[in-house]
Parts: sequence; C-alpha cells; structure tokens
Amino acid sequence: MSTLETTTEEVLTLAAEHFKVPRAQLNPSDDFFKTLGINSLQALDLLTRLEHHFHIELPDYELQGVSDFRTLAERIQSRL
Amino acid sequence: MKHFEGNTLSWQVVDGAIELLLHRAPCNEIGTATLIELERFVAALDSMQKDSHALIISSARKEGFCAGADLRELYRESQPLPLAERLAKLRDFLERIHAVMNTLDAAPLTTIAAIHGVTFGGGFELALTCDLIIADKMSRFCFPELRLGLIPGFGGIPRLKRDIGNAVVRDLLLTGRSINATKAQSVGLVSQVSAEGDALRVARATAAQLKKFDRATAVAAKHFIKPIPHGDLRREIDIFCDLFMRPAVDAALRKFVESTDALPYLP
Repeated sequence: MSTLETTTEEVLTLAAEHFKVPRAQLNPSDDFFKTLGINSLQALDLLTRLEHHFHIELPDYELQGVSDFRTLAERIQSRL
Repeated sequence: MKHFEGNTLSWQVVDGAIELLLHRAPCNEIGTATLIELERFVAALDSMQKDSHALIISSARKEGFCAGADLRELYRESQPLPLAERLAKLRDFLERIHAVMNTLDAAPLTTIAAIHGVTFGGGFELALTCDLIIADKMSRFCFPELRLGLIPGFGGIPRLKRDIGNAVVRDLLLTGRSINATKAQSVGLVSQVSAEGDALRVARATAAQLKKFDRATAVAAKHFIKPIPHGDLRREIDIFCDLFMRPAVDAALRKFVESTDALPYLP
C-alpha cells in the first residue's frame, strides 16, 4: 500500500528521469518549476505522466498554487 | 495546389492522403496569420480532394497539437479600437474561422486529427471538426475559456455536444479542467490512443486502410452520421461576442497577456 513517503519518492524519481535531472538533486520541498526549470506546458506534461503512472485522474485546478513535490504527492495520494 | 509551405502550416498529398501540418511557434496558437493560411488550405481542398481519400491534421510543434486561439493577438489588436469596431473585428474573425471549421467538418474525405500534447481551446475545436481523433498517450484536452470569462468560440461546444454526452460536455466546459488521452478515449472522444510520438504513424496506417473503401460510400456515410450543428454554431458566435464585450473579460485577458509566471494566470 502506498504511503505519502513512497508516493513522494515515485514523483521525484519520475520527474528526475523525464526531465533528466539527477535524482539526488531533488528534494520533497523543492519548487518543481524552479528545480526542473519547467514552464506551464511542461508542468502539464508532468501531470499527464503522473496520471498515467499512478492510474489516477488529477484535475489541474487541484494543482493551482502547488509548486513543491511534497504537496503534489499529497494531492496524488488523496486520489489513490 | 498539392504542396504548400506557409508561415504557420504546410500541406502535401502523400499516397492519397492530404497531410496538413501546423508549425507555428510556440504551440500553433490560432491568430490572423494561421486563419489566412487555413483559408488558403480550405480553398485548395476543392482541387486536392478529387484525388484524395483522407485528410490528416497534425502538428510539428513538440509542445502539442495546438494551444488554442492567439489570446495575445486578440487582446493586442482589440485594445486600441472603439467598442463597436472591436466587436465588428471580433465577429469577422469568428465568422471566418467558423467558415474554415465548417468546411473541414463537411469535407468529402475521411478526416483524422493526429494529436499529441496540448490540445486546448481552439486546438481542441480544430480536432473536433475531424471524423476521427487519434491521440498519443501524452495528449491533453481542455476548454479553458470559462477561466477567462468566455466560452469556446470556434465551434467547440456544438461539435462536442454532437459527438459525446452532455454530462461530459458540462464537465469540460464548466470546470475548465484538462483531461488526458485515456480519459478522452473512455468518454468516446478519442478513437485510438497511440504510444508517445506515434499518433501520426497510426493516423497514416488508418488512412491507408480507408483507401480500400469506396469513396462515394464513405462520403455518404459521413454525411448521414455527422450533421453540422449550424443553429448552435450561430448561437455560439452571438454568445461569445456578448461575453467578450464585458470589462471582466478585458481584465482577465490583460492579466493573462501580461503574466510572466511559469504558470500563466488562469483562475
């Protein structure tokens, strides 16, 4: 069963792999826009990858104001 | 004209399939330049369709199929005008883009949108003119217009209502949320989901299959099952124009255009 910690780890691993950033450089409290250097279209791309990975639907309005990996993982966790 | 290379799009005929490729940076936003070249394309369709059986619309931009109307141009060009002229200019643009969309919708070919990435607003509306939508798994569909105090203006809602259930239309329209290709397929919007980067190949394979069928039968079948919702399309233009003239829309567009955030203002 997924916990917030395992979900956060999966989010960080997926983001690191897709945006080609060393996993060790990413922390749960990081602002993913800044750390990954992504824009709004790339953020949507990340959202789609996360939806596929976790087999969930995550409406983008739930991510308004969310910019750190931990909160993103919390939103995902609430849909698992 | 069987080949064309424009500033916003290009087309060519390959093995009986007309391939229309959008390539305007950053993500094929539809403004005047795209409209003019789309008008040129639909004018050329008349001669091309004699020797063709299918039309495939796709994007060369890695960001996606099309991010919708060019809101920056819309705002920039409407701002200096007095209200009456602003309305007249808007209505003229809408009439012209509707004429293009209606021609694509009714084209006597089997039309396929090969989608990837962002397919928002006017881009979604362009895809909805097609008979089939083939989407790669990373596609994302959205009608964000209510976030700006508007409704979709390029014929999207009447066409979506024609194609899928009203509850889904309300969900997409009233929440303004985006959905992925898997969800879009589950509600009947997308006919096939491809692997990432593979939508155009799947669309070409589908077009090759369609070539085996009698063309007149395919056209008759299409016209029988895909009526153009002219009444709703006319109403959509009127509603859009009424909404557009409100100060709240002006303010929302200004905020969007002036935003330099990684996540542009969208409430």
